Amino acid sequence: MTKHTLSVLVENKPGVLARVAGLFSRRAFNIHSLAVGQTEHPEISRITVVVDVEDLPLEQVTKQLNKLVHVLKIVELEHGRSVQRDLLLVKVRADARQRTDVLQIVDLFRAHVVDVSTDSVVIEAVGTPDKLEALLAALAPHDVREIVQSGTVAIGRGARSITERALDRVATA
Amino acid sequence: MAQVQAKPGVPAARIARQAPGASTLARPTPQSNPDPALNGVQMTGAEAIIRALECAGATDVFGIPGGAILPTYDPLMDSQKLRHILVRHEQGAGHAAQGYAHATGKVGVCIATSGPGATNLVTPIADANMDSIPMVAITGQVGAAMIGTDAFQEADIVGITAPITKHNVLVTDPAEIPRAIAEAFYIASHGRPGPVLVDIAKSAQQATTTFQWPGRIELPGFNAGARPHQKTIQEAARLLATARRPVLYVGGGVIRSGASAGLRKLVDLSGAAVVTTLMARGALPDSHPQHLGMPGMHGTVAAVASMQKADLVVSLGARFDDRVTGALNSFAPHATIVHADIDPAEIGKNRAVDVPIVGDLKDVFEALVPALAAEHERHGKPDLEAWWAQLDDWRTTFALGYTPTQDKLSSPQHVIQRLGELNDPDRTIYTAGVGQHQMWASQFIKYEHPNTWINSGGLGTMGFSVPGAMGAQVGVPDKQVWAIDGDGCFQMTNQELVTCAINEIPIKVAIINNSSLGMVRQWQTLFYEGRYSNTDLHTGHGTRRVPDFVKLADAMGCVGLRCESDADVDATIKRANEIDDQPVVVDFTVSRDAMVWPMVAAGKSNDEIQYAKGIAPEWDRED
Repeated sequence: MTKHTLSVLVENKPGVLARVAGLFSRRAFNIHSLAVGQTEHPEISRITVVVDVEDLPLEQVTKQLNKLVHVLKIVELEHGRSVQRDLLLVKVRADARQRTDVLQIVDLFRAHVVDVSTDSVVIEAVGTPDKLEALLAALAPHDVREIVQSGTVAIGRGARSITERALDRVATA
Repeated sequence: MAQVQAKPGVPAARIARQAPGASTLARPTPQSNPDPALNGVQMTGAEAIIRALECAGATDVFGIPGGAILPTYDPLMDSQKLRHILVRHEQGAGHAAQGYAHATGKVGVCIATSGPGATNLVTPIADANMDSIPMVAITGQVGAAMIGTDAFQEADIVGITAPITKHNVLVTDPAEIPRAIAEAFYIASHGRPGPVLVDIAKSAQQATTTFQWPGRIELPGFNAGARPHQKTIQEAARLLATARRPVLYVGGGVIRSGASAGLRKLVDLSGAAVVTTLMARGALPDSHPQHLGMPGMHGTVAAVASMQKADLVVSLGARFDDRVTGALNSFAPHATIVHADIDPAEIGKNRAVDVPIVGDLKDVFEALVPALAAEHERHGKPDLEAWWAQLDDWRTTFALGYTPTQDKLSSPQHVIQRLGELNDPDRTIYTAGVGQHQMWASQFIKYEHPNTWINSGGLGTMGFSVPGAMGAQVGVPDKQVWAIDGDGCFQMTNQELVTCAINEIPIKVAIINNSSLGMVRQWQTLFYEGRYSNTDLHTGHGTRRVPDFVKLADAMGCVGLRCESDADVDATIKRANEIDDQPVVVDFTVSRDAMVWPMVAAGKSNDEIQYAKGIAPEWDRED
């Protein structure tokens, strides 16, 4: 299986996320991660789906997605030509004695501490899935209490915007 | 960044034209308001539903009232344009809307209340989705303030039907009702047809609003279809002009598109062999000399073999369903594949395609016929003599037929064949349920026109026949509608005979009564060593006859007739045809041992087709 990152521009209508997610499960495709949020245009939301799939089934799922009435546009963002980021929050038990070690790891990965208590820290890290995985590996010897991760969000490199034409469409509609 | 489109490695711009996704979207479509005086009129949401259905062109609707749709049934009572048929079960309303849509080409409409009313529509909606039938389902929903509280008769029907509708929507604002209904009709009938559900909160029906019929349809993400790409049309024409063993594989899309006339031109010009799938029976007259019949699991040997040996298969509105292809990896192994379909997602879904054509089949034929004529001028007509010699050999050697029964009971095939012969193909519509009787009806009745054969193909919904026939009869009152049904299917939906009797919808039902779930029994005979687990229905000859279909018909206000021997078949059919003021039910008691042949066993290669039990064609002969 190969991971593919799809940006799905959708009309911001009720139920559209459920429709998109439902289509993947119905056609037996495995969603690796999914993130959704508003775009620069309030009528358009952008869903970033990372899916484990070969090329041919990917073509099929894309065509099926295109049939959903509220789906405006689907673009595959290739790794080399796009910036892809996940957000990770980790809660680590760290009293005064262990804290230095933990903070070293935080610095090494250019992560941040966003909450401190007497016996714990919450670390925030942004990066590619690989980087976040490495961070978690480095933290593993410590007492990791809780991990939460966002889905991948991705944007193409360079000046071109994938929303422009979709925006035109909504504007002229 | 790469546009994700049809073929990897092909420039996105080119593909975008072939397989229009969101990149070539429908512009807003202007539409006229048939009743401009309505715009700006104050009314309840309920009345807006009725006026919107009228504006959308609906004339006949099937449904049952209930709590959450009650407000709408009040103005419905006064409508001068809508005939409402009160069915006995919502599933009947849904299948009737399907039969109506299939017979007329118009959008079928069904109405139900919330909760159980809506969930009873699930089967027909799924059926319409599989068979691409344009249908709009209107359901009441509990009041907006109560949604999500597990209120009485609340069900998330939009959530439930999302995977089985082309589109669906919940309306809680009464001002949105006309647009929602206008869009539902548009989506249901444009592009590849399908079912659309509009779920309307009771509070929206009761509130007052200002009616505004949308002046244009604005669906920026909806793809209503594209013109076929000339380059692929030319390539298809070149292949058709040069192939030595061409087959046109015709699917239900030709019927939905209303493209039978165009198909006929292509058939005549190309000289190719033609097969029509279960959904396409009637797309080309069965009397046409190039017609080999139905392909697939119970197709004719000639139709199945033609594709196995073809060097070119041109798929026209078909979708390479497993019941047609058999084991996919050995289907049409020598053929170049041209696939024309209005739905780009069908192309390459099951079988890799050499020449993809996306478009409405009417447009495809309009472009392909002159392109083929031009190719013929350039290269001359192809020599298909050897191919036809081979096809004719298969046709005569393995003609459709059946062996007489051993138990002195009627042969079901004989009954169905005589139905086809004693009724005028120009004036008769047939519907069927699902199972043996359906296959025999597809095999042994000769269809001469599109939309005269109506059945549940993709979903395989037992019980489709009676309500489907009711809908077809409402849509086409001047034709005779024969519902061919099995005793199993009939017991699932026969309550709609009451609807037919009371509303003077004079359908005729032929129950092919073999006292069992025949197709399941056939598989038990063939694959389960004759262990007949739960397939005996006790309705036929020599049983307790529970129920007695003649008495049941009588109780439901229909004429009930029984026919128990081959000798009485003709007279009984004629007697049934003489009755035109009441529905008629004929209980044809037939042998339960009759089986549907030919057959390709599930999962097997089409090369392993059996003409009859233990008799397989010897393929080497023609090589």
